[in-house]
Amino acid sequence: MQLQTGLEAGIEGAVLKADVRELDFHYGAFHALKRVSMPIHDHMVTSLIGPSGCGKSTLLRCFNRMHDLYPGNRYSGGGIVLYPDNTNLLAPEVDPIEVRMRISMVFQKPNPFPKSIYENAAYCLRARGMRNKNELDDRVESALKGAALWNEVSGRLKELGANLSGGQQQRLCIARALASDPEIILFDEPTSALDPIATASIEELIIELKEKVTILIVTHNMQQAARISDFTAYMYLGEMVEFGVTDQIFIKPQKKATEDYITGRFG
Amino acid sequence: MMQAADLAAIRAIITRAKRWDMFFSLLGILSLMVGVLTFTVLFVDMAIQGVPRLSMDFFTSFPSRRAENAGILSAWVGTVLVMLVTALSAVPLGVAAGVYLEEYAPKNWMTDIIEINISNLAGIPSIVYGLLALGLFVYYFGFGQSILSAGLTLALLILPVIIVATRESIRAIPRSIHEGSYACGATTWQTVSDHILPYSSAGILTGVIIGMARAIGETAPIITIGALTFIAFLPTAPFAGDPPAGLFDWIFAPFTVMPIQMFNWTSRPEAAFTVNAAAAGFVLVFMTLAMNGLAIYVRYRLRKNIKW
Repeated sequence: MQLQTGLEAGIEGAVLKADVRELDFHYGAFHALKRVSMPIHDHMVTSLIGPSGCGKSTLLRCFNRMHDLYPGNRYSGGGIVLYPDNTNLLAPEVDPIEVRMRISMVFQKPNPFPKSIYENAAYCLRARGMRNKNELDDRVESALKGAALWNEVSGRLKELGANLSGGQQQRLCIARALASDPEIILFDEPTSALDPIATASIEELIIELKEKVTILIVTHNMQQAARISDFTAYMYLGEMVEFGVTDQIFIKPQKKATEDYITGRFG
Repeated sequence: MMQAADLAAIRAIITRAKRWDMFFSLLGILSLMVGVLTFTVLFVDMAIQGVPRLSMDFFTSFPSRRAENAGILSAWVGTVLVMLVTALSAVPLGVAAGVYLEEYAPKNWMTDIIEINISNLAGIPSIVYGLLALGLFVYYFGFGQSILSAGLTLALLILPVIIVATRESIRAIPRSIHEGSYACGATTWQTVSDHILPYSSAGILTGVIIGMARAIGETAPIITIGALTFIAFLPTAPFAGDPPAGLFDWIFAPFTVMPIQMFNWTSRPEAAFTVNAAAAGFVLVFMTLAMNGLAIYVRYRLRKNIKW
């Protein structure tokens, strides 16, 4: 299987951050991912699109070993190599906790913990054993600034995260994911539970965030993929149909199946 | 167009169908009253008999051969101490077992069998626990007919209640919160101590108190392990007496508890003792209701800060 690199795909200076190599995944007997391969480029936004049940969320949740939490799930072939250290994230000897410390995640529905705004933003740091108050304060502040939430919450860090609006809650979850300085942030349809204005602010934030971090996002919304991502992957029935620079995928897809999907003839 | 006759027919159907609503709500009220009225009558009857007997002396006197001098001092002290032992042993064990089953245990046929059996344990008659405790705690471990034996027996009895309450409160926490914690790189223990336990504590506490409310009225297993029915002294307080008692000497003291005191009094022929029993019963019901009230209050306080 030949993979396009960013340079070949025409984006100047694109460096590989991770590489999915012929990945197979099973939910029990169900073959959910079939020899999926795709590159993830450093400091770029890569989006996964495709109809429901195509395996895009399944692929996303392989990146932080979320599947390990449930019995019956199997990484049944291939792997995901993370650069620059060439670690196979799915290797049995690699601790899923180490993977999750390097790659954080933002979920579909905002899921702040029933704790204060401060404790939410600080949790990934606390899980790493950080106890120093000043250091925590600084990191929380910069994470909340990074998630464009600081101005709205700086005066009420002790309030419950659940008291915020839906969009603010999702930005709080982004701050939580950002605070620990991850290498990649995974977004699983982060705006599907939000109104259009909150959606716009999250999209803007994702574009800003690629300065700091590599982003992989699953989205149902093709316009969203077109607006925010540098690369797009189209999946169908557990297979990678087409991967490429976003403009190329949307303007001149190489495969008929992709064209049918993005033009709305199917899906 | 709808004809007037059709409309009348529809209305007739509705009227006929609604009779069942009427019938069922009457039946419901009746069923409800059977429970509520029975309890009210029992409680009021007991209160009428017993409340005039309540006085400071009643709480500070030991039982006596003369009904008017008899009190419940040894019984309520015994009940409080036994409950203390029960809570201190059942809560950590039950919560730990519940957390293990929900968060750590592999999901396989062994866990399934254990799960089914925990539900079954809750249905075992309490006298069976009493027999087990007599052999195990009283004789095998040599704890004797003590507060410790009684407390541990009742702890066994309410353990399934606490395990089930713990598991159900943990399951009430949304999956997304679990996943959010793990996604931050937390270990299972960090997830349990930072999220699972704090968010489920209201439910666990409710289960604990319901269990304790059941244990406080248990008589059979306590009689089985040999609680005394007449006892005119208190366990030695820590560091009291000569030579001074150790911090935990009281757990090996003989004891009696409220239901046994009541049982003893009701079996006496004199009417005055029946009044004593009613007064003690009133105190016992009051203790139980107070515990339930506490459970409701604590749950309300803890839940205020939990929103998903």
